[in-house]
Amino acid sequence: MAQRIAVDPITRIEGHLRIEAQLEGGKIASAWSSSTAFRGIETILKGRDPRDAHHFTQRFCGVCTTVHSMASIRAVEDALKIQIPDNARLIRNLIMGIQNVQDHVIHFYHLHALDWVDIVSALKADPAKTSQIAQSISDWPKSSTDYFKGVQDKVAAFAGTGRLGPYQNAYWGHSAYKLPPEVNLIGLAHYLEALEWQKDVIKIHAILGSKNPHPQTFLVGGMSIPVDPDSQNALNADKIAYIRKLLRKARTFVEQVYIPDLLAVAPAYLDWAGIGGGTGNYLSYGDFPMDNSPGTGSLFFPRGVIMGRDLANVQPMDEKKITEYVTHSWYTYSKGDNAGLHPYDGETSHKYTGPKPPYEFLDTNGKYSWVKSPRYLDQPMEVGPLARILVAYAKGVPDVKKTVDFVLGKLGAPASALFSTLGRTAARGVDCLILAQKNELWLDQLADNMGRGIYETFNKEKWDPATWPREAQGFGYHEAPRGALGHWIRIENGRIANYQAVVPSTWNAGPRDPKGQPGPYEAALVGTPIADPTKPLEILRTIHSFDPCLACAVHVLDGSGTEIIKVRAL
Amino acid sequence: MSSDHVSSLAAIPEEILARVEARGVNRRDFIKFCTMTTAALALPIGMVGKVAAAVADARVPVIWVEYQSCSGDSEAFLRANQPTAAEIILDLISLEYSEVVMAAAGHQAEEAKKQAMEKYKGKYVLVVEGSIPTGDGGVYCATGGHSAVESCKELVKNAFATICVGSCASFGGIPAAAPNPTGAVSVMELVPGAPVINLPGCPVNAENLTATVVHILTFGKLPATDSLGRPKFAYGKRIHDNCERRGHFDAGQYAQAFGDVTHRQGHCLYQLGCKGPETFHNCPTIRYNEGVSWPVMAGHGCIGCSEPGFWDTMSPFYRRLPKVPGFGIEDTADKIGIGLAAATAVAFGVHGVASCFRKGDAMEEDKVVKED
Repeated sequence: MAQRIAVDPITRIEGHLRIEAQLEGGKIASAWSSSTAFRGIETILKGRDPRDAHHFTQRFCGVCTTVHSMASIRAVEDALKIQIPDNARLIRNLIMGIQNVQDHVIHFYHLHALDWVDIVSALKADPAKTSQIAQSISDWPKSSTDYFKGVQDKVAAFAGTGRLGPYQNAYWGHSAYKLPPEVNLIGLAHYLEALEWQKDVIKIHAILGSKNPHPQTFLVGGMSIPVDPDSQNALNADKIAYIRKLLRKARTFVEQVYIPDLLAVAPAYLDWAGIGGGTGNYLSYGDFPMDNSPGTGSLFFPRGVIMGRDLANVQPMDEKKITEYVTHSWYTYSKGDNAGLHPYDGETSHKYTGPKPPYEFLDTNGKYSWVKSPRYLDQPMEVGPLARILVAYAKGVPDVKKTVDFVLGKLGAPASALFSTLGRTAARGVDCLILAQKNELWLDQLADNMGRGIYETFNKEKWDPATWPREAQGFGYHEAPRGALGHWIRIENGRIANYQAVVPSTWNAGPRDPKGQPGPYEAALVGTPIADPTKPLEILRTIHSFDPCLACAVHVLDGSGTEIIKVRAL
Repeated sequence: MSSDHVSSLAAIPEEILARVEARGVNRRDFIKFCTMTTAALALPIGMVGKVAAAVADARVPVIWVEYQSCSGDSEAFLRANQPTAAEIILDLISLEYSEVVMAAAGHQAEEAKKQAMEKYKGKYVLVVEGSIPTGDGGVYCATGGHSAVESCKELVKNAFATICVGSCASFGGIPAAAPNPTGAVSVMELVPGAPVINLPGCPVNAENLTATVVHILTFGKLPATDSLGRPKFAYGKRIHDNCERRGHFDAGQYAQAFGDVTHRQGHCLYQLGCKGPETFHNCPTIRYNEGVSWPVMAGHGCIGCSEPGFWDTMSPFYRRLPKVPGFGIEDTADKIGIGLAAATAVAFGVHGVASCFRKGDAMEEDKVVKED
């Protein structure tokens, strides 16, 4: 008999996600992704000053903070045809770059690692052997026997109190954990080191953006952080030196800890290179303008669309081909709920028709999520580091090609291995490494501008709403850590007439469309083996490989609905 | 710094230091933490022994829940420095439930929350992040199939105290901005009369959260607050009172445009929309990310994010405040707070104030009462 399970909340993500799944023969036959929270920020934006929008939209998410400010100011700048100064381009690239690097490391160690690394097993590790392994994979100095013994003792003392706090009730000892105790101990040590590291390197956001989370120096037309080597109240030589030091710290950790760990963990889980592939369609908006020519300029990560895993045929991206559906989402459209609307004409009229809480299961035949279903040419698309890297790789971007080939070579895997759960996790590492190495270029260019007396960070020509046309509309793009992010704005009489955001997790976490095509999470879960339905660790692996960022939770249900597994505490 | 260490060394009994050391906590870090926390709480340095004794033993159970949130406050917590998030989780508290950090998921996660609530009934500290949607029977946010409304009421009722982190849990925040599509409310509004500490800010400043937790551990009671439930040690003064650019304000030197020479030279941001004169928060003194910066230092005005209803009452953010009060020292936080709360109540009640404000001639610059 088929079994139905639900996982809610999916933890170690941003927001509230619920996965319901149907199991047959020890595998997932069908899955449903549901976001269970709604805030209505698009509705709140209507009628407000477009220059304020980025403050509001940034609060879509505090984990991938900055990204919705970036997309928002670009949307308004696109609508009003504003060209930003070169210094603003460089400061934005630095903010985006370190955001990607820091966010990917947090994801790997703090949100994803515990799906692969069994910290209870680490207590059984031999510290001397651990040291030997660590030194064989990296030059990272914290690798002595004493060091690993210290970490082990500290964690053992913590466990000895009998109060495991956030580490209680987890899937420790699950048969799907495959690493030897020593590699688990390395992972645990770096989990703790990364917690320290992330709060240091993100100080770049404080220097350039005033604080993190939610930096506050974005402006329509540029950045409000002033640049002036002759002022103590502006970005000067001292602060450039501080940023450089932090960028080096970031890069060293990625090169000597994150990437070696990724390459040490992956070989034990190569079967996951054949699991979790999903839709096989990939979308990237491209990002990191390399010059200040009008429009987007030349982008370091190129734009493009890949259909059906066909890397030989990358199609140009055209945002006009995007539509959103609400057939299975708790919204209504004035033209009927099976219509597809382009975001400029998008509607956010919420209408909850799900079960009244408390409930056990959602009605997945009807509407079952607060996430809409975006489609490109009516196809579901996966977005994220994997999509970004695949498009760049297929287009032959040298930095990307070199790094991807290095990682695949180390794992002895073909490029097709990238279409998987493991591929998604590896591509995030590739993305992180490339940006960690690229950031200093933008800092050099900024310092060079300052040296030449170029201090402009803000174009004030269109700041005054009196200079605006009566009506305007714009598209703001961004490749956020989690992938293609688009904001669409319509401005009328100096006010926001309509605002729609299609975020990476909308693309990835969306429910089925009118044709019944599953969204990327739903497609990726199909075929995933589940060793123990009461401990669905495998679901977490694939869902976390996308790095979900919702404002809600996921459940796993089995298909017949007749037998409901109650998962008890371990 | 070194003299602080000497005095704290004298004040913290060796027996406590030995005990924390046995738990793997570095004794030097522990002394530094206790000393800085004592200072942050504005306590005499002689109290450091009491602080140390409280934090050494406690590992107070903490349940951290998120409702209509962006997880920005959880992220802010991960940026904590004195102590760090790792030290807090491993040494200072027992974090029984946190969706962002915890290893368990699904039923096992829900079970952990339930068990902690029952086992530590009346003893745990509840941290709430995000507002609670009450509209349409609470359907706009659910975890584990339970609505935020029922979950929050139950958890608050059984807690020793509740700390609201960020402006959403404290005052409704962005989901409650007009027209408040989901009927979002704060914890205070959902559970009137419950012992609640509000730590608004978007997001919360991690240092203020740490100081509040330690205050509770040390004294077994909540810190003194203003009329809006904000601890006086962190929200007792306006941004403007301690602003590093106050000298420019007093001298009538205002930045005229972003990026021009007046802006680059750090003149007062009042004419570019700074809300510092009406915002109570300690940003200028403790700053963010280990004291690196804060909005005014980075050239952008304060947006008033620790005040109730600021998304409506403080926007448009780039319009200068219509009138700035006289900055007299007689204006206490309570007086101003009551005024703002009343204004906010009107905004929430009919959306009238905020909507008119936005949809009228808001672009027009108002006359400024005090300006040189």
